[in-house]
Parts: sequence; structure tokens; C-alpha cells
Amino acid sequence: MSHEIRSPIPGVFYRRPAPDQDPYVVIGSRIEEDTQVALVEVMKNFHPVVAGVVGVIASIEVEDGGMVGPGDVLMTVDEAPGEGAVP
Amino acid sequence: MGVRVLKPGMSTTIQDRGRYGYYSVGIPPSGSLDQFSSFAANLLVGNPDEAAVLECTYLGPQLLFEAPCVVAVTGADLPPLVNRVPRPLWESFEVSEGDVLSFDYLTAGARAYIAFSGGIDVPEVLGSRSTYTLGSMGGINGRVLAEGDWIALGPVDGSRVGRAVPEALRPTHPYQREIRVMMGLFDHRLTATGRETFLGTDWRLTPVADRTGFRYQGAELEFKDRTPPFGAGSDPSNIVDAPYPIGSIQVPSGIEPIVLHRDAVSGGGYCMVATVIGADMDDVGQSPPNITTRFVEVDLETALQARRDREARFARLREELA
Repeated sequence: MSHEIRSPIPGVFYRRPAPDQDPYVVIGSRIEEDTQVALVEVMKNFHPVVAGVVGVIASIEVEDGGMVGPGDVLMTVDEAPGEGAVP
Repeated sequence: MGVRVLKPGMSTTIQDRGRYGYYSVGIPPSGSLDQFSSFAANLLVGNPDEAAVLECTYLGPQLLFEAPCVVAVTGADLPPLVNRVPRPLWESFEVSEGDVLSFDYLTAGARAYIAFSGGIDVPEVLGSRSTYTLGSMGGINGRVLAEGDWIALGPVDGSRVGRAVPEALRPTHPYQREIRVMMGLFDHRLTATGRETFLGTDWRLTPVADRTGFRYQGAELEFKDRTPPFGAGSDPSNIVDAPYPIGSIQVPSGIEPIVLHRDAVSGGGYCMVATVIGADMDDVGQSPPNITTRFVEVDLETALQARRDREARFARLREELA
């Protein structure tokens, strides 16, 4: 099963909590429902995006720093964790 | 009678027509950024014009009704759901005790308005229930809605379900907008090229767009050389401090024009090259990030005619829904 993580709001998509830090998730990361996977910045606020599903990140659809609209797919998730997934 | 906030949304505030008469002492009008849509929402549920509504920015709240109520959602295309079942926009519908109102993703526009029969019952501050967050006044303790808040509703006087705003009177939310402006008061500071650039650029709205101001990107404006007058900074976009009208467009350092909206500061030292006409301020309020905007110059006569046309549109809607 594949699941899409969407942006609830328009804004700038960020994969890292700060420019000098590691991304929240990479392709292959295992995630829980409440795992934060990204930030979307709008109106000088950073809005956390949480996975909402258990699985493994399969793809990342937006460049770090790119503009997104509400409902845009940010990442896809394989809901059945595959072999060799990074814990 | 009231509503419990299960999820507050991104930035949801209580607003009404606004708080007038205090801008000279630094308190801006506040009120719904899209006045036509909040007016329509109140009419749809049978409220008086001055009733307070919710303004929801980009992301809708989740609300639990603890009593039956008539509700209408207008403004942005933020599709309402009652117990996860879609309900129409621009139309009044009934909710029962225990129902949950939530929203699908925003598809166009930026701000949706939710009116409840009876109106939102919070204390008036200086004659208005509008939330002004920077001044911590109005609404619920002067702030945006938070999880767990209780929104008290006033007594209902003759609400009606199934009223709808005719298609022709609903605003559209194009992704490329034309916003009409009058040049000035400080456009004399621009060179001819700077003026051309301002009116000829497709400005893109940045995510820095809130109730205070809407910041755009797209070009750099050229200012005339000068010796700064006493009290103005050295940057060519600086002026000796002056009052800022709502709708005025300042361009700090000649880049990133900012259109001030209803929570703006009342004055400062940035040169205002133009001012959005009153009739087009609702459209600014319905602009989401990434939208492109052309500023189109009009004269005073055109601006005043646009204002009369707008008033006629309010009157027509009132007649339609009488």
C-alpha cells in the first residue's frame, strides 16, 4: 500500500529543522504516525508536517525550499515496510 | 449555546466589520480581510451585519457543535464537511448537536469565513469583536483560536437554511490577479523606469502574507537620487515618517513591495509608491502565496466608481437573500 503525505497549507517546504541540520527523513526512513517529516513556512510561521501513517518513505516529491500549495503531495510512503529499510 | 474548538486550523480569528476611529492612535481597523465574503456569510445565516464570524487562513478548523446551529462558509474555496460529509460553500446549512464541522484542502483563495446563527458572542473592545493579535485585543483574549477554546454563540433570531449566494455574486479566485491602485503619495521618488517596473511586473506573493501585510517579489524599483531630508534614513526608499493608509504599498529598499492590510501599523518611514483602492482590498485578502499580481493604475474617478459598484453589489446580495 502506498500513501501520500500532503501539505495542508501553502508555503515553503523544508526538509530540515535548520539549514545546518540533517533532514527529518530520507528515502528509506521508517516513520510512525506522529513522525515529523517536514516543515512548511507561511506567514512567518513554521508548520510541522507529520506522517499520519506507519511505513517507509518511498519518495520525496518536492525540492527542499520549494513552494507548495495545499493538497500537494510532498512524499510517498510504503505502508508495508520493505527489506533493507533504514531504521 | 456554542462550539468547541477541536483543532484551531492554521490561523483562525474572530472578526467582524472592524474597529474604526482609533488608527490615529495606532489601533488599526482589523476586521475580515474579505469584507464581502463575511457580509455574505452573515446574511446567509440570518445574522445582523455587525455579527462576528471566524476567519480561517489556508487551513480550516475542526469544530464540535454543542447545540444545533445554522452555518455558512464563504470566501476561499475551503470545502466544508459535516461529520466528513461534504456541504456546499456559499449556502446556509444546518448542523445538529454533536456534529463536527471540518474542512477539505483549500483549492483557491486564501481565507474562508464561517458564520454561525446568533453570531459569536465575545465582548466588544472599542466597539468591535475583531481580533487584533499584535495588540492582544478583541476575539478570545486577543489571540488566534487554540485547541479546546469555547466559542459562545449569541441568541438566534430567525435563521434559515438553504439560502445560497447566486453564482454571479460570488467572487472568483484567479491565480493571476489585477489589483487596481492609485499612485502616490510618494511615487515622485521613483524614476520613470522605477514607475514602469512597478506597473509592468508580474509580482509574485511570498509566504510572508498575513493580516498585517502582503509581501511580493519580482523586480527592483529604481528611485531618484537625492540628499536625504532631515529625519529620513539614507536608503532611497526611506521618507520622513508619515501615516500609512490601509492598502498603501511600501517598498523597503526598492525590493519586495508590501501591501498593508487591516492589521497594519499606522505609520513609519517607508516610501509608499501607490495605494490599493478600497474596492480591491478583498481581492488582496484572498491572495494565497505564489499567486501573481499586476498593479494597475487608475484615477480617483475610477476608484470612486469602483467603490459605488462594490456598494451596489452588497445591496444586491442583501436583496437576493431578503
